Amino acid sequence: MIDVSHRIDGRDRPAPLTATNDFVVKFANVNGSGSASANALFAKSILRMGVPVAARNIFPSNIQGLPTWYEVRVCEAGHLGRRGGVDLMVAMNPQTFARDVASIEPGGYLFVDSTKPPPHEGLRGDITVLGLPLTAICNAAYSDPRQRQLFKNILYVGALAALLGIDPAVVDALVAEQFKGKERLIKPNLEALAMGRRHALETLDPIGLKVRRADAVGDRIYVEGNAAAALGAVWGGATVCAWYPITPSTSLAEAFMGYCEDFRADPDGGARAAIVQAEDEIASIGIVVGAGWNGARAFTCTSGPGVSLMQEFVGLSYFAEIPAVIFDVQRGGPSTGMPTRTQQSDILAAAYASHGDTKHPLLFPEDPTECFEMAALAFDLADRLQTTVFVMLDLDIGMNEWLCRPFAWDDSRRLDRGKVMSHDELESGKPFGRYQDVDGDGIAWRTLPGAHPSRGAYFTRGTSRDPNARYSEEGPVYVANMERLLAKFETAKALIPAPVFRPAGRRTPHGVIYFGSTSAAMNESLAELEATGIRLDAMRLRGFPFSDEVMGFIAAHETVFVVEQNRDGQLRTLIMNEGGVDPAKLVPVLNYDGSPITARFITGGISTRLGRGGA
Amino acid sequence: MTYITKPRLHHPLLQPNALGFTRRDYEGKVSTLCAGCGHDSISAAIIQACFDLDLPPHRLAKLSGIGCSSKTPDYFLGGAHGFNSVHGRMPSVLTGANLANRELIYLGVSGDGDSASIGLGQFAHAMRRGVNMTYIVENNGVYGLTKGQFSATSDKGSKSKKGVVNHDQPIELVGLALQLGASFVARGFSGDKAQLVPLIKAAIGHKGAAFIDVISPCVQFNNHPGSTKSFDYVREHNAAVNRLDVIAPRKEIVVDYEPGSVERVAQHDGSVLTLRKLAADYDPTDRAAAITHLQAHQAIGEIVTGLLYVDPAARDLHDYLGTVETPLNRLGDAELTPGARALAAINQSLR
Ligand SMILES: Cc1ncc(C[n+]2csc(CCOP(=O)(O)OP(=O)(O)O)c2C)c(N)n1
Ligand code: SF4
Ligand SMILES: [Mg+2]
Repeated sequence: MIDVSHRIDGRDRPAPLTATNDFVVKFANVNGSGSASANALFAKSILRMGVPVAARNIFPSNIQGLPTWYEVRVCEAGHLGRRGGVDLMVAMNPQTFARDVASIEPGGYLFVDSTKPPPHEGLRGDITVLGLPLTAICNAAYSDPRQRQLFKNILYVGALAALLGIDPAVVDALVAEQFKGKERLIKPNLEALAMGRRHALETLDPIGLKVRRADAVGDRIYVEGNAAAALGAVWGGATVCAWYPITPSTSLAEAFMGYCEDFRADPDGGARAAIVQAEDEIASIGIVVGAGWNGARAFTCTSGPGVSLMQEFVGLSYFAEIPAVIFDVQRGGPSTGMPTRTQQSDILAAAYASHGDTKHPLLFPEDPTECFEMAALAFDLADRLQTTVFVMLDLDIGMNEWLCRPFAWDDSRRLDRGKVMSHDELESGKPFGRYQDVDGDGIAWRTLPGAHPSRGAYFTRGTSRDPNARYSEEGPVYVANMERLLAKFETAKALIPAPVFRPAGRRTPHGVIYFGSTSAAMNESLAELEATGIRLDAMRLRGFPFSDEVMGFIAAHETVFVVEQNRDGQLRTLIMNEGGVDPAKLVPVLNYDGSPITARFITGGISTRLGRGGA
Repeated sequence: MTYITKPRLHHPLLQPNALGFTRRDYEGKVSTLCAGCGHDSISAAIIQACFDLDLPPHRLAKLSGIGCSSKTPDYFLGGAHGFNSVHGRMPSVLTGANLANRELIYLGVSGDGDSASIGLGQFAHAMRRGVNMTYIVENNGVYGLTKGQFSATSDKGSKSKKGVVNHDQPIELVGLALQLGASFVARGFSGDKAQLVPLIKAAIGHKGAAFIDVISPCVQFNNHPGSTKSFDYVREHNAAVNRLDVIAPRKEIVVDYEPGSVERVAQHDGSVLTLRKLAADYDPTDRAAAITHLQAHQAIGEIVTGLLYVDPAARDLHDYLGTVETPLNRLGDAELTPGARALAAINQSLR
């Protein structure tokens, strides 16, 4: 055991950071070392102190051995985007030690296992080092190597909780909840927590970062977007799920399986849902299209590479008018790109998926609550519009737990199955023509296979056909059908959730458009910009196609920033293309390095452009 | 417009079946395939089989991929919903349709290009999942619709109409289906309706993945001498293992055969398959023996036809998934949406 403090050169040393309920802690771990649940325990204890946190996993495409990070932003003011920078680094991975130390803010803190001397390289004079001999303590306390490793994680949680002033009772209660049903695990975990706490209080000086009880969490819930979307699929009446594993969407299908066990078992034990792990994404979407054709609510969940494979079927769904729901949990592309990092880079691939003239409704949830709401809505929209609806999550929302509004459901709500002509309607002689626009909204009535012994049967095909579903290659017949599909897309505009406006409060020629997971950072950035005198009217888009309101907002401003997490400004392109907007008017602000966008980044981008330098 | 209405005059000689339907009620639009195309004969066999089984046409769903063969569902059972999907992907679409409503009868029609080339993966996985369906490949050893290119079942060494030689080993779909776990595997020939109609009837009665490879000569591109998918070759090299009769559950048994040469197999739906054995030691319930028999005869250039394998107690995908008896597409809001209270409990667990 060594004392690391003598390594620190005290000259020019800034005052150690002091902050209460407003700082960033980052854990640097090795993948597969069991740190994930300990880190989550740390974040949740702060939540239980009534202080909002935003926690993010940063992990490699690998199962064991590579570096992972877990970043916890503690923010009583409620900003849930990434802040950037680190105030307290818990450096448990020798491999990344130097760069981890380099990322600490001046005056920040470094927590290390001081059993062995930390590497010389990279140590800084402007930070406070907190060393606890975690390995030595664990080696003394446990003989089983696995326990030594796992309890080391718990030990540092106990130590950090003590240093930050987190109520031990809160952490202990969480451990008891976490191991409910595995009671024999509770005691050793509590002991490890207490051991960490004791060592920290006995050997380390108090630090300037503190968690103080607050009442800033309210009734909000803490949940991953993928789990929320899976719940939305259950509440939205999905009965068929076909999927192929791909990060970051896999946990959506797995969550759906879990919730179906709870909510989709009939009294005799039969399953009211069919879940198939298909052989690839083509089969996944094929199964969804087959089920949708036959009147079941069906979905698949995937990421960019899967969306690429699904293109042909999405075009079939568009042209043959078959409901389908695709959850695209976006990650860094192109190709395998950055499979475990976040991006919003499938916007165009989804909006215009497939060959020929196609376009598809998209939904952009900003957080898990909207993942739930939009998942349920997507099934109504798909049935109503008889087409594929994409719900565009991303890794940041999908795979991280977010503090968000609780889920709500109105029991008087009914699933909207759209225009399906029933047996009785057919029997009563109601005229049926599969592709006739009888209601003037571009949406034709459909029948389900087996509906009626002698009426309503038709032949579905991806080939051109007349309003009565008869094969036809006549130009005018084809054009009339394509025009009807456009009319249907117009109808969709009114069904897509309206944008959310956040006016500047006084007239401004500047607007900003953003969507999806950018929301948290954008909200914070708007406050920052306002503090420097930059006022912007903001509009959060919640879906595509864009309504007149969206275009009206753009028309009403001289300059509109479009904030996105991709390289090419894909939403901007979509807006230009669909709305005929002058490109010069739309100024892109683009973050696409794979880490979630920060308020600092947006504020910097916008203020530089408006000639006010960095924020 | 290319659509032609078919005259639906009811010929007095057309005898109705038990449901009161005549054969005409099982027909579809007028075929647009080449005159003499084997695929049309298969359509006729499907019509006959459904008529014989007294199936209400609307209780059947017909699905296909893309190709001349895949066009045919438009030419039979006009009273049934049909779905001409995308090339090689009929199996997944059929699987989804089947998951949505387990009560209908699913008939998948495909070609050798559709199932053995672009769609080999989906073919394989539908077989191993045990989707309850009758899956017919109308196998002409060529791409008909795109005008004569080789498919994955084309003979090695064969020459295309354009003079190109095929060097690739052909895929034997029945052999694959046997290995993949299909619970009903048969081969027929479009030119032998007496054999094909009972095979289709038996496959429809089968619960599980039923596969029939039907050799179906393409008169346009692959009916030349030497092609193993030509009319002449199949007639000369057909080694039928059995002759099949299917007795539907409600019909009394009217035919009988001498004991010793007959094997009876009762299927899940109550139908009885009566197999008059042609190959003395052939046991259609022995998967391994079927594979061996197939390979031995293939080696000497013979095409084994008949019911090659059946597992009368087979289970299907719904059994494996444990889905409810009620078709999923009939479940209503009350059965599907857990409601506000359950959601409140979830919220509570996430705090
Ligand atoms: C994705 C895709 N690739 C290629 C085609 C072109 N294509 C249409 S039919 C066909 C081959 C059909 O062959 P087969 O399944 O044997 O049917 P046949 O016409 O011989 O009955 C091809 C390649 C297509 N429709 N879709
Ligand atoms: S090209 Fe061949 S397969 Fe196609 S319709 Fe003509 S004969 Fe039949
Ligand atoms: Mg072919």
